Amino acid sequence: MPSSRLWLARPFGERSTLIFLAVLGATMALVVAANLLLAPEHPLHVSTYTVTLLGKYLCYALLAVAVDLVWGYLGILSLGHGAFFALGGYAMGMYLMRQIGDRGVYGDPLLPDFMVFLDWDSLPWYWLGFDMAGFAFVMVLLAPGLLALVFGFLAFRSRVTGVYLSIITQALTFALMLAFFRNEMGFGGNNGLTDFKELLGFDLSADATRLGLFIASGVALALGFLLCRAIVVSKLGRVCVAVRDAESRTRFLGYRVERYQQFVFVVSAMLAGVAGALYVPQVGIINPSEFSPLFSIEVVVWVALGGRATLYGAVIGALAVNYAKSVFTGVMPEAWLFALGALFVLVTVLLPQGIAGLLSRSRQQGSDDDSDTQPDTPTDTLDATPREATP
Amino acid sequence: MNSIAGRHWLSALVLLCLVALGLGQAWAQDAGASEAASSDQGPALLSALAESSFRDKEAAIDAIAESGDERARRWLESFAEGKLARVKDSGAIVVVLENRGRNWPVADALTLEPAGEISRRELDRVSINNSLRGYLDSTLALIDLRVDDPAQRLAAARDLLGEVEAEAVDSLSELAAAESDPEVAATLEQAIAIARVEQGDVAAVEALSGSLNGQARAALMQASRSDDVALAEAAQAALAESEQALKLNRAAETLYFGLSLGSVLVLAAIGLAITFGVMGVINMAHGELIMLGAYTTWAMQQLLPGQPGLALLLAIPAGFLVAALVGVAIERGVIQFLKGRPLETLLATFGVSLILQQLVRTLISPLNRTVVTPEWMSGSLVINEALSLTLNRLYVLGFAILVFAALMLVMRRTRLGLEVRAVTQNRAMARSMGIRATRVDILTFALGSGVAGLAGVALSQLTNVGPNLGQNYIIDSFMVVVFGGVGNLWGTLVAGLSLGVINQVLEPWAGAVLAKILVLVFIILFIQKRPRGLFPQKGRAAEG
Amino acid sequence: MPTASISSTQVCAHRSKALSRKVLASLAVSTLSLAIAAPALAQEDPIKVGILHSLSGTMAISESTLKDTMLMLIEQQNEAGGLLGRELEPVVVDPASNWPLFAEKARELLAQEEVDVIFGNWTSVSRKSVLPVVEELNGLLFYPVQYEGEESSENVFYTGAAPNQQAIPAVDYLMNEVGVERWVLAGTDYVYPRTTNKILEAYLKSQGVADEDIMVNYTPFGHSDWQNIVSEIKQFGGAGKKTAVVSTINGDANVPFYRELANQGVEASDIPVVAFSVGEQELSGLDTAPLVGHLAAWNYFMSVDEDVNYDFIDAWYDYTGDDNAVTNDPMEAHYIGFNMWAEAVRKAETTDVDAVKEAIIGVSVPNLTGGYATMMPNHHITKPVLIGEIQDNGQFSVVWQTPSTVAGDAWSDYLEGSRDLISDWRAPLECGNYNVVQGSCGGGSDVASSE
Repeated sequence: MPSSRLWLARPFGERSTLIFLAVLGATMALVVAANLLLAPEHPLHVSTYTVTLLGKYLCYALLAVAVDLVWGYLGILSLGHGAFFALGGYAMGMYLMRQIGDRGVYGDPLLPDFMVFLDWDSLPWYWLGFDMAGFAFVMVLLAPGLLALVFGFLAFRSRVTGVYLSIITQALTFALMLAFFRNEMGFGGNNGLTDFKELLGFDLSADATRLGLFIASGVALALGFLLCRAIVVSKLGRVCVAVRDAESRTRFLGYRVERYQQFVFVVSAMLAGVAGALYVPQVGIINPSEFSPLFSIEVVVWVALGGRATLYGAVIGALAVNYAKSVFTGVMPEAWLFALGALFVLVTVLLPQGIAGLLSRSRQQGSDDDSDTQPDTPTDTLDATPREATP
Repeated sequence: MNSIAGRHWLSALVLLCLVALGLGQAWAQDAGASEAASSDQGPALLSALAESSFRDKEAAIDAIAESGDERARRWLESFAEGKLARVKDSGAIVVVLENRGRNWPVADALTLEPAGEISRRELDRVSINNSLRGYLDSTLALIDLRVDDPAQRLAAARDLLGEVEAEAVDSLSELAAAESDPEVAATLEQAIAIARVEQGDVAAVEALSGSLNGQARAALMQASRSDDVALAEAAQAALAESEQALKLNRAAETLYFGLSLGSVLVLAAIGLAITFGVMGVINMAHGELIMLGAYTTWAMQQLLPGQPGLALLLAIPAGFLVAALVGVAIERGVIQFLKGRPLETLLATFGVSLILQQLVRTLISPLNRTVVTPEWMSGSLVINEALSLTLNRLYVLGFAILVFAALMLVMRRTRLGLEVRAVTQNRAMARSMGIRATRVDILTFALGSGVAGLAGVALSQLTNVGPNLGQNYIIDSFMVVVFGGVGNLWGTLVAGLSLGVINQVLEPWAGAVLAKILVLVFIILFIQKRPRGLFPQKGRAAEG
Repeated sequence: MPTASISSTQVCAHRSKALSRKVLASLAVSTLSLAIAAPALAQEDPIKVGILHSLSGTMAISESTLKDTMLMLIEQQNEAGGLLGRELEPVVVDPASNWPLFAEKARELLAQEEVDVIFGNWTSVSRKSVLPVVEELNGLLFYPVQYEGEESSENVFYTGAAPNQQAIPAVDYLMNEVGVERWVLAGTDYVYPRTTNKILEAYLKSQGVADEDIMVNYTPFGHSDWQNIVSEIKQFGGAGKKTAVVSTINGDANVPFYRELANQGVEASDIPVVAFSVGEQELSGLDTAPLVGHLAAWNYFMSVDEDVNYDFIDAWYDYTGDDNAVTNDPMEAHYIGFNMWAEAVRKAETTDVDAVKEAIIGVSVPNLTGGYATMMPNHHITKPVLIGEIQDNGQFSVVWQTPSTVAGDAWSDYLEGSRDLISDWRAPLECGNYNVVQGSCGGGSDVASSE
């Protein structure tokens, strides 16, 4: 394996990565400029509302990248990545809750409002430390990371694969959803955590903070993308692809398959956690519905729509679907589900490689590109009766 | 006469008769009715009922019950149903025949003949509340004790358990002594004993000792808290008699609850076990197929108003057909293009499920629909006085077993089943043997979808029929199939039933939410231990 | 990224009446409105009324009728000449039962569409999600559903019942008129039942009910298997004391709950169930024949025998084209809220938020039960409390009623943390959580004031 510095720098040698980063950077710069420099009456002015909306999309995009890393390159279809996203969100939410201090409606300096009116007299132990930003930010990574570690340890060691793995990831997030709905858990139950005031001393309702969060989300997405790309192009990534395409054979070749799976799964969970943490201050609420299995499935749908195993496809998918959702729920509030449903059906039937597949196909027709940027076309490993795998 | 003045009545009955007489005459003149009406006390009795306050209505009920009028029963029943109303202008009392919409068809309360429609604005309903309804029930039960039909007498005697007033004990004892039917007599004796215990009669405790009847135990419990030490001790001893039997009955009840929940899970999951387990197609629209089955039941009941039972029976084939047809449409329209790419089918069928849900919301309504439970499915089957099995769930349990047996027959004993198994095991080989795999695919998918429709028909008797019905069952269904072992129908049956029982056993102890979480954690851990479920598929095809 | 087009998404007035025509109409009109958005704005500008109710997802079942109610009320107002000589224009969005989306859509309504007022929300969590947005952008929100209280916002008007306008009178009725001594508090596990039950527990104990005579049970959302719980209730009720169930079970879970009650033979004459979240609309999904006599406490029932109510119902029949359509309490709350807002706009002669906020306090409008509702300084309204028994036609018959209207309490007197708090948004106090003991605004526990 090459040295770590080289390892992380390798994606910069790829054209697709450079293009992606350039497009992302340029768009962000344009949005920021249009928000700050243009007068509100200007037709091209981007309102803070739109900036926050875009910030939310970027968080979703990071989550989609995390899902694509395990699904596209490791063949693990996680139907429970929403759980990691929500855990990261809750860690951030707890920090933001503690930052409210005595500005809650009851003015209690220590307890969040929901604990006051449910007559809790002291802070539960797991809320301790969340008044410190550093601790909270570490927990944003650690909480989903640890859950992924334990879950992965159990699942990969006993070689739970394919559809079984997918279903138990779903069970995991469903169980967590039910647990967080319980008011006894001390996470605010169904109402979740809300009414946040400030982050690191910045007023959350200020336009500048919102812009800052948007930029932070963009940077996080760029870094997350780079990290995933670096993993993918490294030898580690090659082994992952081997695991995805023929797990048994890779194992016979002497690779400790479960370790690779474990490592990538934890990295992906942490990325999802970061996405959740950036998402919460922008939407202003975290509640157990983020754990809902349907949300996790929807994330998978974004990835599939954008194009699996390309990473940038995941970003495109997340942005496209969420943008469509925002528009449709406003323009045709009673029919948008038809449009969304039809979109899913048509894209899967007509565009098997997703939007990214469409892009690369048109590029291939234009000029011969280096094979490195081609999306790896994965074979499905979820098949309950994998006829393809039998030699 | 108004409600406040009514409170000052010294002897409700006497005054009531006086006033009623006067009113009756006034009304008769007013209406200018035939000569028969002038001697008719009906208007007076009914007006008294309509105009008195809740407190005074008991007296009015007594007056009607004691009038000996042949219409009394009909009046009291209409009153109990809240169907008596007074026309605001004329003061005439009518029986409302149908109380929905703007104008209500009514019948004259005196002649009981239909009297056209009246705007609901013109009607003052004669209101009733729970305690009056209870009072009416025991009044009617006392009347019923004198009828010839022993079954009706028994029902009346059961109604009287725990409802006997102190004054009525003596007259009831006479009735009980004269009673020819032993069962009725025993029930009456018990009703009397309960009344006596409630009055603090220690001697009567003996008669209730060991009784599993809820009312009897309630009376004993009340007695056991009494200040009278002898009574309290006797009551405690009598309660202890039945403790053991009660525990056994509760265990049996929990088991029944578990099996019932399990049967629902099996029904919801078994269609998935076919499409997902056998064909390897992940159909996220499975829940919506269940929903369509439930809506078919609703539609059948709309088509056959007044015959909910027949409609329900007809809904079984209809629900199967509708869901199967939609299933075929999904297979032909979407899934066939995604052969061998199960993850894309997940995605596309997720889209289909969104469309189906919204379609129902738009075409029918976002609101829940009423599905009526037919008479023969309501209530419960009484095993003994402490254990009764709810009939609707019993039918669903039986239905689940029937569906399962039928499916097993299809898979094991028919040509289609053979072909399905062949295609599942080795598609290429099956095709080269002349099996038309595409046709098998369509039929299998239709079968799985149709069974989902059957689940919907059954669920319409247990839960909401609304656009979200399917969503609530899709995750559970996947859990059951995976827990049982993909591709194994027996596994689905065992998994569904055992998850149901585990859940219900845990529930009283852990609460509904925690029980569900524990079951999920259990599934997760179980899959770690046995990565391919309870009954893993064996053979080459199962190797990943 | 095509960001500019969001701002041009003009949402149109839906006037389609038949349900089946809705989609076509909304598709057609929205396409149209996209095309004519600019000229429409250029004409004299209408008063925009934002409607923030879920039209899809789990809450669509309850909320979609409220959207239609609002559209009907706006249509009626426009037929009567609009407001201040201006047309009212509804702006409908779909927050899709998704709580973060509620906040986003509220922001869209206020910042992009620049609506003058919002009518919306059903669940507490959606209101909590929207609250910071409405406060930040200084909007007006009318919230039509009974809720747990413990909240008072300068920008929110609570036209549904607070616990003292529903729960406590209902318990009083059962205790005094029915003679109930033993209580089951059953609810869905979220903040409204939790808080209501907390208040009721404290209240019952203050009335001398012993601990062992109270059973509390919580179930998850959409709970469908009630066998065990109903069996437990039967056992609990079989102790020789009159028992009642106080149900704060939410929406969808009620149908299987009531079915199980009926099948296990729990009759209203033995163990009455009084529900705070079951209205005519919830019953419309249910065969009510076995449930006759179970109770509900609301501030309005469709069966209320008043001409103003019949007028409203007939208008609703006409609007939906369905003579079997039902009306319910939150619809009445919107009726009151909309009329109050309209009255306040007339009084202030402007739709300016601050002016309306000031003008609306003290405004009285007729309710549908033959009385008047008044906006109190704590942004809650006065309501009569009605107890109704379920009839076999899916309606309630009123069996008891408070002698006069009750003013809503933002802060419960029965909770530790809120006993000393009051809310008064008039000058000079202008505070939602004024602590009367410490004489300070801002909740004010001991430690807070020492800091």
